[in-house]
Amino acid sequence: MNRIDEVFASLKERGETALIPFITVGDPDLETSLEIIQQLSDAGADMIELGVPYSDPLADGPVIQRASERALAHQVRITDVIRIARLARERDIELPFILFSYYNPVLQLGLERFMKLLVEHDISGMIIPDLPCEEDGEVKRLAEEHGLHLIPLVAPTSEQRVQKIVSRASGFVYCVSSLGVTGERSQFAESVDSFIGTVREASRVPVCVGFGISNRAQVEKFAALCDGVIVGSAIVRKIEEALPLLRNPETKQQGLLQIRQFVAQLKG
Amino acid sequence: MTRIMPDQYGRFGKFGGRYVPETLMNALNELEEAYLHYSREESFQEEVRYLLRQYSGRPTSLYHAERLTKHLGGAKIYLKREDLNHTGAHKINNAIGQAVLAKRMGKKKVIAETGAGQHGVATATVAALLGLECKVFMGEEDTRRQALNVFRMKLLGAEVIPVTSGTRTLKDACNETLRYWVSHVHDTYYILGSATGPHPYPMMVRDFQRIIGDETKQQILEQEGRLPDVVIACVGGGSNAAGMFYPFIEDEEVELIGVEAAGKGIDTHEHAATMTKGTEGVFQGSYSYLLQDEYGQVLPAHSISAGLDYPGIGPEHAYLKSIGRAKYVPATDQEALDALQLLSRTEGIIPALESAHAIAYAAKLAPTLPGDRIIVVNLSGRGDKDVAQIMDLLGGDAR
Repeated sequence: MNRIDEVFASLKERGETALIPFITVGDPDLETSLEIIQQLSDAGADMIELGVPYSDPLADGPVIQRASERALAHQVRITDVIRIARLARERDIELPFILFSYYNPVLQLGLERFMKLLVEHDISGMIIPDLPCEEDGEVKRLAEEHGLHLIPLVAPTSEQRVQKIVSRASGFVYCVSSLGVTGERSQFAESVDSFIGTVREASRVPVCVGFGISNRAQVEKFAALCDGVIVGSAIVRKIEEALPLLRNPETKQQGLLQIRQFVAQLKG
Repeated sequence: MTRIMPDQYGRFGKFGGRYVPETLMNALNELEEAYLHYSREESFQEEVRYLLRQYSGRPTSLYHAERLTKHLGGAKIYLKREDLNHTGAHKINNAIGQAVLAKRMGKKKVIAETGAGQHGVATATVAALLGLECKVFMGEEDTRRQALNVFRMKLLGAEVIPVTSGTRTLKDACNETLRYWVSHVHDTYYILGSATGPHPYPMMVRDFQRIIGDETKQQILEQEGRLPDVVIACVGGGSNAAGMFYPFIEDEEVELIGVEAAGKGIDTHEHAATMTKGTEGVFQGSYSYLLQDEYGQVLPAHSISAGLDYPGIGPEHAYLKSIGRAKYVPATDQEALDALQLLSRTEGIIPALESAHAIAYAAKLAPTLPGDRIIVVNLSGRGDKDVAQIMDLLGGDAR
């Protein structure tokens, strides 16, 4: 059974929702990313999205753009991101990993090779933000063949597309909370509740909400509406704020602790 | 065959498609529907034709460059004078078409990306003309290189937003425009300026630019009684070339040549020779050629001309290359600079640095062909915008 399905099944039994943090792997460096993954796990994350840094992240706001630039400054590649999942397993971190990558790095690796690498490194699924359902045929077929989940996004503008996207979803459906790129929002449109409701009604698989969720109150609001909450930019910003601490060996633990505490209070 | 390109999925062969965030998919579908609907309406076509004629001054002339021909010795050279358009380049053709479409769709706000500033100026111009609110995204680096165009856009009432992400040039201006569009998709129309991006843009931009090729065909038949042997156009994203080539695609005897920017040389790391040195991949919404490393990270491009300083190329060009219908050759910064001076001195026409790349290749090719051959070069824009930059490069010492 895919690890993602296992986690949702056990959360359901306990009547809980998932907290899914996102990090850009390699920000500020691979070794620190591995330690951050440890903190996220210890803080109670249920799954982790491993972000592949990309030169042209057009779905991302400035916070994740900057993280990408920091990681790319020392040539962190998609293969490095995949590898970190195996390193995490060696530390007995058992939660599911989801690879988040724009399509081109995946394509250049070769779709077959990409899928094989994910399986070999015990990554359970993938999110490809610039691969809408019209273009995902080959990726979807290969993902299924390899027992991996291709997690689709639905947006408030998807409207009549929701049914089609959701009907072929596997793993979970990633519900985009609001228009725009990734990044913290101070408030959400009122219509978001009914949008999530529509998606949930249509979906056989769990529904998680992301984009702009940055504090405990927002996590609680969305957790009540769906099966999981994704937090990206707020955590990446925490990492950015902790950079001076993380870069100094003497204060590194303090920086890691700050990230852990932030995620722990999101989890509640 | 070529008439039905792209197919219903926006594919030119295997190239093209729609690789964008889900948030934009409905907007692209709506845009495609609206375009297919209105472009079949006679009143829409008439409005576009009227503005091209009475406002932009079309048709632009097809000019026999006699002194240049004589100087080079060889094939007869004609220049398609897109530089004579209002705002000084072919960009206005597409900006008019899309702005009229935006209005029909009931959108009151338009956004655009720009490199050299020509598309930004063209968009700001038609926005003023049609009473639309306009924002133009421009790489911070380009706002410095093309400071006059920035001011021009402001004079026209547009807001210019300097883009400070990534390489701070055209590529990142495109990213930022897409990001803005994702947030404002309900009330904003994105006037994309090149034959790039997700479907339907490459098709739509080509269709609005094909007037270049259509006129050229008619004019050369009037003036020479036959089609040209070679048609040459510069390619960055490839809009002027797409418009120039399209009506000639089925005339197999006409050789189509796109000239891309070789910057400091295709053996250096500083060029924008996407076709010569690039590989296939997905970039800014479509499957085409791009400059990238082996892990799929997009590499920064370089060209003396801001309009060609782009690591991608439109999918129709990738297709024309793959079937061998068009070929793509590089011209360096220096060759373009030489060609710019050559055309200025022989014909009294200062071309845009972009167009100078096409002139540079024509200057190489013409002497190798007999005098009864005909070359048409698309002179896509005029060089006024580049004069300050060229003065710096030549040390104020044009000779």
